[in-house]
Amino acid sequence: MSEELKFHFDVDGDDFTSAGKASVQVKKNLRQLGLSPETIRRVSIAMYEGEINMVIHAGGGEADVTVTEDCIEIFLHDTGPGIKDIDQAMQEGFSTASDNIRSLGFGAGMGLPNMKRYTDYMDIKSTVGVGTDITMRVNI
Amino acid sequence: MTVNALEEHGFVPVALPESDREITGVYIGDLLSWVMGRAKSGDAWITIMSNINILAVAALADTACIIAAEDVEITEDIAKAAKEKGINILSFSGSAYDAAVLLYQML
Repeated sequence: MSEELKFHFDVDGDDFTSAGKASVQVKKNLRQLGLSPETIRRVSIAMYEGEINMVIHAGGGEADVTVTEDCIEIFLHDTGPGIKDIDQAMQEGFSTASDNIRSLGFGAGMGLPNMKRYTDYMDIKSTVGVGTDITMRVNI
Repeated sequence: MTVNALEEHGFVPVALPESDREITGVYIGDLLSWVMGRAKSGDAWITIMSNINILAVAALADTACIIAAEDVEITEDIAKAAKEKGINILSFSGSAYDAAVLLYQML
């Protein structure tokens, strides 16, 4: 692979039930590229968590995935409410999700911790009232 | 053991688009992020969650099948989507524990 490969996805905020479309598509794309199952699993889980977060908290957003020779980078961008306290949000079990979201099996406070756990690099930039940008990288 | 062999043991097929998939382990859980992070590829995933998001979790964690315990209702929409996405789903009348005991004996 000499050139970068890029995939762009719009994550629909109104469509909670179809959340996961982008990550399932990324999984397929990465499979076609012949990457190892473990790498694919890490990327697609981290991306799904990010996708769900954007749907639950931010009314949707955008996801860009770039595949280079050394790593897969996932960039998530939303214009949602932002994260007040990132350290707190990174703690397992901390969640601001509603009961309705919890009844669907989400809101366990595992999303951001899972994203960190499954990636080699993660950076969160968030401004309350403006939005959140997250960059994650999984080394190949 | 393959997924289609479950039929003979009281598991009722809801969608079996990849019925020859091999089951190599079992995972039980209802919190989707938890399951996604911990279930292994090839596990039979036993849950009482029945909303559409279970399909994405099963696809991403690459589980062999979803077992919907306690006869939780899987709607036709979900069954149809599962067939399209290649996700196996079976229904089971007993508890998650009952299902796990049966699977333990079979594996």
